[in-house]
Amino acid sequence: MKGRRSPVFAKISSLVLYVFLPFALLALWQGLFALGVVRPLLLPPPTRIAAAFAELLGNGDLLRHLGISMLRVCEGFLAAAALGIGLGIALGLSRTLEKSLDLVIQLMKPIPPIAWVPLTILWFGIGEESKVFIIFLGAFFPILMNTIDGIRQTDVRFVEVARVFETSRWRFVSRVVLPGALPSIMTGLRFGMMVAWMCVVAAELVAASSGIGFLIMDARQMMQTDQVFVGMITIGATGKLLDVVLRKIERRLIAWKVEF
Amino acid sequence: MSSRNVFAGLTVDGVSKTFRNAKKSVHVLRDVSLKVEAGSIACIVGKSGCGKSTLLRVIAGLETDYDGTVTLSGSVLRGPGRDRGVVFQEPRLLPWLSVEGNIAFALQGLTPFEKRRRVLRYLKKVGLTKSARSYPHQLSGGMAQRVAIARGLVNQPKVLLLDEPFGALDALTRIQMQQETLRLWEALRPTMVMVTHDIDEAIFLGDQVIVMSAGPKTIRKKLSVTLPRPRDRNSPEFAALRREILAEFFVDA
Ligand SMILES: Nc1ncnc2c1ncn2[C@@H]1O[C@H](COP(=O)(O)OP(=O)(O)O)[C@@H](O)[C@H]1O
Ligand SMILES: [Mg+2]
Repeated sequence: MKGRRSPVFAKISSLVLYVFLPFALLALWQGLFALGVVRPLLLPPPTRIAAAFAELLGNGDLLRHLGISMLRVCEGFLAAAALGIGLGIALGLSRTLEKSLDLVIQLMKPIPPIAWVPLTILWFGIGEESKVFIIFLGAFFPILMNTIDGIRQTDVRFVEVARVFETSRWRFVSRVVLPGALPSIMTGLRFGMMVAWMCVVAAELVAASSGIGFLIMDARQMMQTDQVFVGMITIGATGKLLDVVLRKIERRLIAWKVEF
Repeated sequence: MSSRNVFAGLTVDGVSKTFRNAKKSVHVLRDVSLKVEAGSIACIVGKSGCGKSTLLRVIAGLETDYDGTVTLSGSVLRGPGRDRGVVFQEPRLLPWLSVEGNIAFALQGLTPFEKRRRVLRYLKKVGLTKSARSYPHQLSGGMAQRVAIARGLVNQPKVLLLDEPFGALDALTRIQMQQETLRLWEALRPTMVMVTHDIDEAIFLGDQVIVMSAGPKTIRKKLSVTLPRPRDRNSPEFAALRREILAEFFVDA
């Protein structure tokens, strides 16, 4: 048929569209260096960053710091997910409970996790606990709020179905409320993961002797700008990767919705 | 009162319902009474907005704040119960449960084995054995409503309440669904109350046809239909009933 392109061609052209801008920026960046417009100390060229990347990968520093940061994120995020979803369900189901906790939540929510750093250092020292606690705080509120929201949006038509068949409380929650809230809970988890990842870096920038944030801070003190960039790019790429994983899980869990 | 005198069917006695909010109150039902013999079919017809769904919701127990009484087999009904199955206007299947899961959702307190057997039995009755593991979004409108009917019947309720169950289906599917409903009713003999805006559907299925009026929202007329089943939509008797019911609609026009 005329005017219709083959699916292979469509796939390739959409991929090109997706990566065009990053590659163009890289080329421009390298070009600026070649023209001698910027000082490499302030903005090292991609080639030099790539070399630093290879070096940090080779001596194992990058993966070691990344591994440490990831472990902190996992611990803080899992704690936030467990508590956020658990408490979110309880608050979503009970108006009384929600009312009694609402003011505390509303007052604590706007405090940025980083503002907790001084206190956590006093409480926990600069060990692992303080970082995990800050990550937990950052991820907890988005997960909590989205869980409450998802439960509040339970479809009244399905509530009536449950009433008509005298569905037990437990079955009502597990078969009607939670599946209906799942898309919203997944949004909260993805957002919480993003915040967790941002928090770990921030916490490590302030007080740490390991982790990706520390790597950046350490490189800056040594004036190794190329390593600062390696750290930053790693943060971006890891964040994206974590989101891809969660999105995959989301698709699998709410397959009933995707096909609409 | 001796049990011999208890009316085994469904009665609605002097039911009035008013929706109130801060600004005004809407009288939706005014002194509605009707009687449905056990094992018979009552069809309620009326213009949209005349309170048909509200009446059905009162019987289902979804509305609790009303005047008057509803009784089933002599006991006064307050609130929902599994002695009444409900089929809503739209199928209202839970999108995250399979067809099987949706029907099983209505059942309480059976062992998993019994539950599955019961679900499969009712799936077979509505001719959907093959779709047991499908999900609602994979079904056509007619199939989805059949699942909803199976869900409404799976508890073996005394009464099945249906609110314009075929209103959204195309004409051919609708006629097919009417025949299947009749077949199910003959096999299981539940008392049925069905709301519809399709006069032919009401005459085809009902032992009585109840016409509701929109002006004062109450019952305008009750007709019993004694034609033998299956009824021929083209017979003169059928046409006469149709004319009689239609006439009611244009009185307050
Ligand atoms: N929850 C409600 N609050 C206020 N008014 C309502 C409510 N439910 C229904 N009504 C009103 O009651 C009337 C009858 O509604 P309904 O029973 O759904 O009619 P039908 O099913 O015959 O179309 C309508 O005018 C509608 O606006
Ligand atoms: Mg209606």
